[in-house]
Amino acid sequence: MRQIRGILGTGAVLALAYGFIYLPVAVLVLFSFHELKAPVPPFQGPTTAWYEALFADPKLMDALVRSIVIAVVSGLGSTVLGFLAAFGLARFRPPLAGLWRFLLLMPLTVAPMCVGIGLLILANGLALPKSLALVTLGHVAVNLPLAFTICLAQMGGHQEVLERAARDLGASEFRVLTRVTVPLLWPALFASFCLCFTFSWDEFIISFFLSGFDVTLPVAIWEMMRAGINPKINAAGTIVFILSLGLVLVGEIILFGRRRRHDRRVEL
Amino acid sequence: MTVVSNSDLVAGTAAVPQASAGSHLSIRGLGKTYGGHAALADVELEIGAGQYVVLLGPSGSGKTTLLSMIGGFTVPTRGRIAIGGKDVTALPPARRPTATVFQDYALFPHLTVEANVAFPLAMRDVARAERPKRVAQALDLVGLAGFGRRRIHELSGGQRQRVALARALLVEPEILLLDEPLGALDLHLRRQVQDELKALQRRTGRTFVHVTHDQEEAMVLADLIVIVHNGRIEDAGTPQRLYQRPATRFVAEFMGESSLIEGRVAAAGEGRVTLETPLGAISLPGKAMAGAMGTIAIRPENWLAGPRPDDAVTIGRATVIDSVFQGATWRVRARCQGIELLLRLPPDRAVSPGDSLDLSCRERQMVFLDR
Repeated sequence: MRQIRGILGTGAVLALAYGFIYLPVAVLVLFSFHELKAPVPPFQGPTTAWYEALFADPKLMDALVRSIVIAVVSGLGSTVLGFLAAFGLARFRPPLAGLWRFLLLMPLTVAPMCVGIGLLILANGLALPKSLALVTLGHVAVNLPLAFTICLAQMGGHQEVLERAARDLGASEFRVLTRVTVPLLWPALFASFCLCFTFSWDEFIISFFLSGFDVTLPVAIWEMMRAGINPKINAAGTIVFILSLGLVLVGEIILFGRRRRHDRRVEL
Repeated sequence: MTVVSNSDLVAGTAAVPQASAGSHLSIRGLGKTYGGHAALADVELEIGAGQYVVLLGPSGSGKTTLLSMIGGFTVPTRGRIAIGGKDVTALPPARRPTATVFQDYALFPHLTVEANVAFPLAMRDVARAERPKRVAQALDLVGLAGFGRRRIHELSGGQRQRVALARALLVEPEILLLDEPLGALDLHLRRQVQDELKALQRRTGRTFVHVTHDQEEAMVLADLIVIVHNGRIEDAGTPQRLYQRPATRFVAEFMGESSLIEGRVAAAGEGRVTLETPLGAISLPGKAMAGAMGTIAIRPENWLAGPRPDDAVTIGRATVIDSVFQGATWRVRARCQGIELLLRLPPDRAVSPGDSLDLSCRERQMVFLDR
């Protein structure tokens, strides 16, 4: 009896917690299929009218494409730079390594707003116009610490031995990277890319400060919301959510799939 | 301070049939210091081509550091290393005529056996068309023909070790360096792979330098054993010479078992010393200053129990502490004037605790050690 009550209690807490996290998203998705313009229950529908309206809206679709391009470019940029920084610090142990690591991680504690304003002031000083390139740069700046941390955590001693063996067998530093380090670390690199992609994908404040007339999707949604509530926002939000979710799932499957293979190997 | 002089090493290598004239690997005044602590100091070593050399020592002795410096992975603090007359001290691993078989083999888990073995060929930009043939030859050499398509995680420990060997041999190194290559194998497999390693070294005619802490392994494999202890070369020579005439007390104890009798040199001269010991004065060949401390080492199988032959020296009367029958011999612990002695007696010579034994030993089978 006590056991059943315990299970029920735990279940209730879990339901509350997950409800708190996921209910807003569920409501967002649900009302993107709502027939009425105002998102008020009871639910009526479903309808895909708002999606049709969304895909027919050139302003939103352009913003969507821009967001994807920025997310891909800044995701690649952060991952490549983060990986190289982690590789250099872990393998070559330069003097003041602790200081360099600290400086690389510092941007984590700087609010994106400060990065945005800082870049804006810098761009003004250099007489550069606001642009998507500046937004991309800003996203690289805020995501670099994340990519660096993920890569550094995976730089194990085991790979170091393999890199050493590769050098002994005649590999140049560049070939050590391309033939050994990257193939061994690619799940971490891919996971880092996925995370940087999603963070850039739904980043608002830097994009808001630095984009000119061509805005990213989150900024476009915000502009739409200023004009009043429109279920197209729900549809756009749902698409943003599904893309992020899809990327996270792909990342997880790759990482877990690899771990399972690794476990089998340990059994042998 | 222990510096093995050239004459010692030449004496040690003279019996090796494949040792060629001149030295292949030459190490002079080599030292490595980590933050004030000397991991290795004053290493002098000359190795002839085509020899199987074993660096033997307890863990932490510096033997792996020495191997790592020969391979180019550790930069020496001082000294020079030359291979084939060419100074390689400042060269990185890839530009040395060496290849290393690492302790855990360091095979690339993301590549097949074939691709692992072909790696050095790819790094040297050997023509693609030529690679499969040479990979097949190398796999054949180590007895893994037909395993090319397997993944590394599908192989057993012994097979992985052979893949690592095949891969290292395709570098065509003048010197193959092996860092405890048998450490991860179980005892039975280890003995088998030892024989294969030795055969491979003979077939390829290359110089092998092999690090281990297992003195039995060293005895089986080596043409030349280099004993490393506390960051210095303690002794170097053939297994036979090291066993029969160890240079130091450490070698006498590390290579097999010995009874040690300590004493003070009472008289010395003309290549003989007389040592004042708890068992009385014992005179034997050796060099020392009068008044110095010294030790006599006697191997267990060299003790004579019973009536003393004419050419033997009486040591004393000992009481048996315990005895164990081991098939070929009795292993006997005995005590004489408070000194514990270890004996191997013939199987027909049964003794039991409390028995008295009159012990003697031939002069040439006693070794005088001054350190």
